Amino acid sequence: MLKIDKEACIGCGICEDTCTFSAIEVVDGVAVVGDNCTLCGNCVDVCEVGALSIDKVEKKVVADLADWTGVWVYAEFRDGRVAPVAFELLGAGRKLADQLGVPLSAVLLGSGLDNNAQDLVAYGADKVYQIDDPALTHFTDDAYANVFEDLIREHKPEIVLAGATAIGRSFIPRLATMLATGLTADCTALAIREEDGALMQTRPAFGGNIMATIECSTSRPQMATVRPLVLKPNGRDDSRQGEIVKVTPDPARLLSRVKVLRSVREETNEVNINEADVLVAGGRGLDSEKGFEMIRELAGLLGGATAASRAAVDSGWVPYPHQVGQTGKTVCPKVYFACGISGAVQHMVGMQSSDTIIVINRDENAPIFDVATYGVVGDVFEVLPKLISRLQDQRAGEGDN
Amino acid sequence: MKIIVCVKQVPDAKDVRLDPKTNTLAREGVESIMNPFDRHALEAAVVLKEQYGGTVTAITMGPPQAEETLRDAVACGADEGVLVSDRAFAGADTWATSYTLAKAVEKLGEFDLILCGKQAIDGDTAQVGPGLAQRLDIPYVAYARKITECVDGVIRLERLMDDGYDEIEMGMPALMTVVKEINEPRVPSLKGKMKAKKMQATVLTAADIGADPECLGLQGSTTQVVKVFSPQFSAERCMLTGTVDEQVDQLLVKLEELL
Ligand SMILES: Cc1cc2nc3c(=O)[nH]c(=O)nc-3n(C[C@H](O)[C@H](O)[C@H](O)COP(=O)(O)OP(=O)(O)OC[C@H]3O[C@@H](n4cnc5c(N)ncnc54)[C@H](O)[C@@H]3O)c2cc1C
Ligand SMILES: Nc1ncnc2c1ncn2[C@@H]1O[C@H](COP(=O)(O)O)[C@@H](O)[C@H]1O
Repeated sequence: MLKIDKEACIGCGICEDTCTFSAIEVVDGVAVVGDNCTLCGNCVDVCEVGALSIDKVEKKVVADLADWTGVWVYAEFRDGRVAPVAFELLGAGRKLADQLGVPLSAVLLGSGLDNNAQDLVAYGADKVYQIDDPALTHFTDDAYANVFEDLIREHKPEIVLAGATAIGRSFIPRLATMLATGLTADCTALAIREEDGALMQTRPAFGGNIMATIECSTSRPQMATVRPLVLKPNGRDDSRQGEIVKVTPDPARLLSRVKVLRSVREETNEVNINEADVLVAGGRGLDSEKGFEMIRELAGLLGGATAASRAAVDSGWVPYPHQVGQTGKTVCPKVYFACGISGAVQHMVGMQSSDTIIVINRDENAPIFDVATYGVVGDVFEVLPKLISRLQDQRAGEGDN
Repeated sequence: MKIIVCVKQVPDAKDVRLDPKTNTLAREGVESIMNPFDRHALEAAVVLKEQYGGTVTAITMGPPQAEETLRDAVACGADEGVLVSDRAFAGADTWATSYTLAKAVEKLGEFDLILCGKQAIDGDTAQVGPGLAQRLDIPYVAYARKITECVDGVIRLERLMDDGYDEIEMGMPALMTVVKEINEPRVPSLKGKMKAKKMQATVLTAADIGADPECLGLQGSTTQVVKVFSPQFSAERCMLTGTVDEQVDQLLVKLEELL
């Protein structure tokens, strides 16, 4: 409960202004808390006279935290391959583990795992726990969560990371509930707090309008799902040595109350904008479907793919699979062109980690310039045709040689 | 068939803006709405009821004003609304929320199916549904995009995956979370609106559901918010200068280096 010391409160209203949830109001010179209070504690930090406090009854620490050690990564395996996000997690997990001075392990569950565990070692794992069983051919929440729970209870890792994919976001919440521990969904950044080694988990909320950093202070393991394509994998290193531990689970734990009758892969004729090295993205500034043609042309010349802001998708110039951002895809190509895109947070969260970002916008104050590696203040209808024709000339020149 | 739908009242995300000066959410005039995914869950429940008979109960945990969302649910076809509300619930994370909802559901008695939205658009966590299923010890499926049939206590459905879909069968009681592809929610009928006006929500407090105070609200949460801030974007930005032709020239040089 948020407590307000009525004697100390001077009614300055700083807390009222700070409250993200409009839960505090100054009435008759004293701050009053409403039902919207989420106890986030921002007001307590800003109060200059120390009138606010959060009544935190000492929480029972569920387990002896020091018993839990090591960083674990869930290596999602489906259709005979490890999901790319697993390698990203190994890259991030490696840093966390090194900082903590503990080993990094991967957990590989499925059927027909072949040599995939070795790949996980090459990408940074010191150890791989693998369960290869026909009962795990199809993903089911209970069987996957059961066997994972047993591994965690036996080995007590302090951190468990998984990809925020359909599978990760489905069974990891169940696993966290089984273990009576905290889980932070869809993180975009992870860090270790120097003082106590706690995992700081940062994620967007309110549709990307705000970011929140979250900790799990009284229970273990600290668990997070991490958004794909945000963190970077380390390079493959086949000389790395690691231990592969083959685990045979209790058969009862492999039983699922959910039956997968059929697993269907939908042949999408969608371009996969996640895989292109060059993405040329257009926004409302292209003005029309015809204007958007320039985006396709430039992408074609650079051997890249087209992407778009939601405004361009909503205008019907380009279909949804090309949308980048909070409600579209997260991408990180070598080069990202943002043409006629203003740079709403919902767009920027999806492309900010691109290696190089080239911005073309006529408004020099457009927020998109904040993430630009190279910025051109100019009209897309002038800049793009010139760029396109110069590239065409170059290509023609190459053809002559 | 007795169906429970979990609905949450959320701020309309497209209205949520950050005030760049104070770094707070400008909530003035931000409307509270039923979480859009929950509307699809409700619609799925009402369709099942129309097909197989039964009742639909909408349940929400939230402050007193969340009753509005229950009224909305009744207008769209729910039979009754249950408001789980208590100051002690403040600050609940998904762990404490799923505990509270599980206690409330147990209090309501037997049921066949619980439907949740895929995720709430304020927190975007998608954890309450799976957590609730685990606490009630029932099977569940996330991301249902189609319910094929529901006979003899067995429900068949399709769940959306990253690369296609799975056809699933599970025994009831069970829980599922739905994606928006599952249906097109109806608008309230006149009759529904009349019913909503007269609706009296059942209110359940922490004491009513026999909850352990240790497990509620901030106290019962396993995660804590360390800080809230606006997204930061930065880059070593280099603004090109000169005439358009000169700038295009520079771009071509950079591209040459990069690709
Ligand atoms: C919950 C939620 C989720 C969202 N998810 C996404 C998402 O996933 N992806 C996304 O992109 N958006 C998303 N949005 C929408 C986002 O907030 C913006 O509305 C959107 O990104 C704006 O697109 P835009 O930049 O193309 O258009 P605008 O904001 O209209 O910007 C157009 C830009 O083009 C420039 N311009 C105009 N004419 C020219 C010209 N001739 N030459 C050069 N420059 C020109 C202008 O200066 C301006 O900067 C979401 C919003 C919400 C509320
Ligand atoms: N306070 C709440 N009251 C009722 N249902 C909720 C509540 N919070 C979450 N839910 C349900 O759980 C789903 C997922 O929410 P979340 O885990 O918060 O993203 C929502 O779509 C709702 O169906």
